[in-house]
Amino acid sequence: MPTKLSPSMRPCSPAKAGVHHRPVLFRSGRRWGPAFAGTRGSSKTGWAWKLPLLAALPLLSGCGLVVLDPAGDVARQQGHLIIISTVLMLLIIVPVMALTVFFAWKYRAANKQATYKPDWDHSTQLELVIWSAPLLIIICLGAVTWVATHMLDPYRPLARTGPGQAIAAHVKPLDVNVVALDWKWLFIYPEQGIATVNELAVPVNRPIRFRISASSVMNSFYVPALAGQIYAMPGMETKLHGVFDKTGTFDGFSANYSGWGFSDMRFKVKSLPAPAFDQWVAAAKASGEGDLSRAAYLKLEKPSQKEPVRHFAAVDPQLFDAVVNMCVEPGKMCMHDMMAIDAKGGAGIAGIQNVRSVTYDKFAARGTGSLANWSVRYVAALCSQQMHSADRPDARPVNPAPLKGEGLPHPNQAPERTALNAVPRQTS
Amino acid sequence: MSAPTITADSITAVADEPVQFYDLDEHAHPEGHSTMLGFWIYLMSDCLIFAILFACFAVLGDSYAAGPAPKDLFELPLVALNTAMLLFSSITYGFAVLQMQQGKVKGTQLWLAVTGLFGLAFLGIELYEFHHLIEIGATPQRSAFLSSFFTLVGTHGLHVTFGTLWLVVLMVQLGKHGLIAANKRRVMCLSMFWHFLDVVWIGVFTIVYLMGVLR
Amino acid sequence: MITPQPAPATGPFLGKLSLDALPLHEPILVVTFIAVAIGGIAVLAAITKYRLWGWLWRDWLTTVDHKRIGIMYMILGLIMFLRGFADAIMMRLQQAMAFGGSEGYLPPHHYDQIFTAHGVIMIFFVAMPFITGLMNYIVPLQIGARDVSFPFLNNFSFWMTVSGAALTMISLFVGEYAQTGWLAYPPLSGIAYSPNVGVDYYIWGLQIAGVGTTLSGINLIVTILKLRAPGMGLMKMPVFTWTSLCANILIVASFPILTATLTLLALDRYAGTNFFTNDLGGSPMMYVNLIWIWGHPEVYILVLPLFGVYSEVTSTFSGKKLFGYTSMVYATICITILSYIVWLHHFFTMGSGASVNSFFGITTMVISIPTGAKLFNWLFTMYRGRIRFELPMMWTVAFMLTFVIGGMTGVLLAVPPADFVLHNSLFLIAHFHNVIIGGVLFGLFAAINYWWPKAFGFKLDVFWGKISFWCWVVGFWMAFMPLYILGLMGVTRRMRVFDDPSLQIWFVIAAIGAAVIAVGIAAMLIQFGVSIWRRKELADESGDPWGGRTLEWATSSPPPDYNFAFTPVIHSLDAWHDMKKRGHQRPVADFRDIHMPSNTGTGFILAAFCLVMGFALVWHIWWLVIASFVATIAYAIFHTFNYKRDFDIPAATVAAVEDVRTRHLAAGA
Repeated sequence: MPTKLSPSMRPCSPAKAGVHHRPVLFRSGRRWGPAFAGTRGSSKTGWAWKLPLLAALPLLSGCGLVVLDPAGDVARQQGHLIIISTVLMLLIIVPVMALTVFFAWKYRAANKQATYKPDWDHSTQLELVIWSAPLLIIICLGAVTWVATHMLDPYRPLARTGPGQAIAAHVKPLDVNVVALDWKWLFIYPEQGIATVNELAVPVNRPIRFRISASSVMNSFYVPALAGQIYAMPGMETKLHGVFDKTGTFDGFSANYSGWGFSDMRFKVKSLPAPAFDQWVAAAKASGEGDLSRAAYLKLEKPSQKEPVRHFAAVDPQLFDAVVNMCVEPGKMCMHDMMAIDAKGGAGIAGIQNVRSVTYDKFAARGTGSLANWSVRYVAALCSQQMHSADRPDARPVNPAPLKGEGLPHPNQAPERTALNAVPRQTS
Repeated sequence: MSAPTITADSITAVADEPVQFYDLDEHAHPEGHSTMLGFWIYLMSDCLIFAILFACFAVLGDSYAAGPAPKDLFELPLVALNTAMLLFSSITYGFAVLQMQQGKVKGTQLWLAVTGLFGLAFLGIELYEFHHLIEIGATPQRSAFLSSFFTLVGTHGLHVTFGTLWLVVLMVQLGKHGLIAANKRRVMCLSMFWHFLDVVWIGVFTIVYLMGVLR
Repeated sequence: MITPQPAPATGPFLGKLSLDALPLHEPILVVTFIAVAIGGIAVLAAITKYRLWGWLWRDWLTTVDHKRIGIMYMILGLIMFLRGFADAIMMRLQQAMAFGGSEGYLPPHHYDQIFTAHGVIMIFFVAMPFITGLMNYIVPLQIGARDVSFPFLNNFSFWMTVSGAALTMISLFVGEYAQTGWLAYPPLSGIAYSPNVGVDYYIWGLQIAGVGTTLSGINLIVTILKLRAPGMGLMKMPVFTWTSLCANILIVASFPILTATLTLLALDRYAGTNFFTNDLGGSPMMYVNLIWIWGHPEVYILVLPLFGVYSEVTSTFSGKKLFGYTSMVYATICITILSYIVWLHHFFTMGSGASVNSFFGITTMVISIPTGAKLFNWLFTMYRGRIRFELPMMWTVAFMLTFVIGGMTGVLLAVPPADFVLHNSLFLIAHFHNVIIGGVLFGLFAAINYWWPKAFGFKLDVFWGKISFWCWVVGFWMAFMPLYILGLMGVTRRMRVFDDPSLQIWFVIAAIGAAVIAVGIAAMLIQFGVSIWRRKELADESGDPWGGRTLEWATSSPPPDYNFAFTPVIHSLDAWHDMKKRGHQRPVADFRDIHMPSNTGTGFILAAFCLVMGFALVWHIWWLVIASFVATIAYAIFHTFNYKRDFDIPAATVAAVEDVRTRHLAAGA
């Protein structure tokens, strides 16, 4: 069912350079309502929802509202959710505002005709209405929230690239490992064996699985056109799944303040057709930056601002896991080893002395001059097990099938059909 | 929206009865009549601080950073002795309050002094334990477990320290003014404070030491 | 490329403090300092010239009178508001300028301090003093009490708040303030990534003020529970007193969490512990959880008392009983309890998992039910009333229209998938300014206009009040609507420079909006000035200029030191309305001695010691830390040896004061 676009939906100024502008908000309308209800999309069910939505259109007349007009399926569903929730709430907000104005005008002191009941202060029926009206709205919104939160959980592998476009079982998501550094972004492509700084290129219509971490302080990895944001935290790994359904160049940045260079912690995201992506990879492999070894990473990690785009032709396959485990520095104990030791009750009295000072002051540029000794100490490695996790599957595979009914949990569905598990799992 | 029903009969007056609108024969509130309530609320706010420190210990208590664990560090007999000191001090404080209720200044002071000595013994043992740990290198800086351990137990110890200081001041004030209302109130406030610290210590002993060693 | 300065070396005598700590290289700060210094010297000179020091010390600095302390809180809030707003203007200017390669006029070191200070000051040293001052002034009057339960503690609490504010202000001219955002998330706020004194100023400023806030919370709870006039059962308490009670319960149940959390951060920074560090087992995200377990109730601490104000104002100016008093009270209690189980909605993006996120999302939405019920209650209080659109009522209607939008966007942000695209964006900034300006500030302005005649005996000028009102309302929408739009354009907060030139127009509009608000603030200051100037014309002798309904209007304006010569006896809700309706007779003879607390300088002195200690801690001047700590403890002990803390106002004095009132009432009648 083609949907007509109101004039107010059209971009009212020249599009941002390079950024893809298409007023597509409701072109997928056939899918969004059912998407949350968890049934297969059918154009019939979407109809009734649309009427109130048309009323909200003028809200969108601003230009380049990328949050409501993104280029990826996940972000689009999130944008739709904003509209649905807003409309639901307007059901009560608009009457309240109208009544406020009306009462304020009608019962103004000058209007002696209006009824005046100075001692009227209670009405059980009215009390019922004023408590139940918001309650009903919140019940609806709560149901929408519960389902949508599970469906759009960033940790959940994608089941589709767009409305009605299920992902074939053999399609494996593109892995991109993201590290937020001071103050630039490092993207590692384990499958391609390359790494980039401040530039992310991905093939269109192929799901992307990000594993995200940070080197020193907290950031938030956010590409508005793609799929929401999630924190990038040192010593921790977060996940995000997304897919572009349009080609173009989009903006990405850190959405959590991280220090002086934060403002320039931006990068361009290129959504490319598959062949163009392969060319891009080939070009990166041919670039002169060389290998992103651990030593090169430690150099890169030092605080710097406004880093230009850089491509590394090769990358240490263990680097990202070392980053997450905070043991890129030689001789430093990895977190997973430390946690394994701790789980067995620590390393005892002997473990007390197993602490080293860092060999250089890696945060010198942040102004460290006279730190007390302890704050630059770390636990030295005892013996480290290598992690073979470049293609580590999700610890607990998530079932990407749509939620049914109340939806949770999925009854008797084994995860063997997920895209991730289609690939033979490597033993770690 | 349904039409509201309007109750028209909300006139409150019980018409003719003379109503008194002012308290013409007022008795001033007895001085300090809300002190105990206020002090109790303060203790609850203090309790929240301990709650946070307990929560931190619960979260970080097994992050040994490949260092020592409770079973490597804690000597339960010593801690049991320490616990006994604090429990005894609560009992002796109770005796002090009994003496106070009988109006005996000297007796009150005496039992407060005994309480203080138990408190000092507790602090002494705790300091000995801390000193020992730091000497072998198990400092608060070594791991998150040790940070949260030292902070929780140390905060309690700091409270006991200030309680003891307060005890001394109170003994002097009792000597100076005797068992006047204000001093009785102070004895009762400190009593709540002291027993409160006892209760917190029971939590510390159980969660930090017993459960730590058993883990 | 900005090169950060290394942390200064530590000396034995001055710690980290040296001449380098003075920001002589920052022209903006130098000019500000000169202006402040000239202003300060002028004020001090004036006080000396007119020999006001004695008066200032005896009647104000050492006062334990809840009314004077309330006024001092309001003055503190106002002064800090001007500072916080100056920060806001600087931010708006920077963001409107820094496009297309322009760096604007603020380097990161300065800009990042400004947005941190703006947040901290506006919440802790503007909103908190304003609401504490309001509660301090009004609550004892509304419950028919002579003072709060612990008058000395009240004075001490106030001066601790001042000390915290002062320490924050000192950071402007000595050293620097935190560059971490207003909640100072580690690891960024840890010693490894913020080695200079900024975060230390943050920690000790908030710790010192936090002591004051907690104690004043305890004080007001006990006051409300213990000092109500005879006959005033809990369900006959005015709504403002109810909301104050709930706000203070929230204070006592949440500020200790802040204190504990900041103590742990301080231990990480000073003692090298590993609570929130990356290495050695620390957990930075625990800080984020803890700070928001305090932080979310804090939001309701701010707004609840103002909900009470709106209730009083709507009822008074509609000439009607408040609709649904009981449901209003239960709604307040619901909000109080619910505010503790929503904290995680501030960081859905941490990756807690769908079930956790949806739980906290839905609990957040549930809060909007009692809040919605409150709105309806105000609405139906207006229904079939006779609404007089005086300034307080204008602010209230503006609040109702503004706050619902802020509430709506708040619920929107509570939907986790929506938050994933709007978190930390300017949409969020617009949302919380929408509720804090539309809810808290508008309410404060309503309250100031409403109770000013009570505090000073004359009304505020209406003309300038209206100018201020319209500038504020229009300026607010101009300043924050663009931020909603920018948020939907994917623009994040705390940015100093921007790439995309198409965004600039929105920032320019927002900056103009901020300028309009500035006019509103100026108009408000002029309103105060003009009103004081014309106080004879605006005078109100009756003590009840609005046809009030609650007890504070039963006494004179300003109330005498003892508030009520005879304690009122309460028979119904809206006690004063009831008394008027049933023709009460004000007693004019047989006055008695009234027992009152004496003034004391202890609070001021202790807080001054704490200020010195805070400064010494910031700069690692250890000998001074020890000295001021010992001094604080010693002086506190010394104070406990003073057993004579009260005096009697003789019946003759009471009679004289009341006779004046009798004459005024007779002249007015």
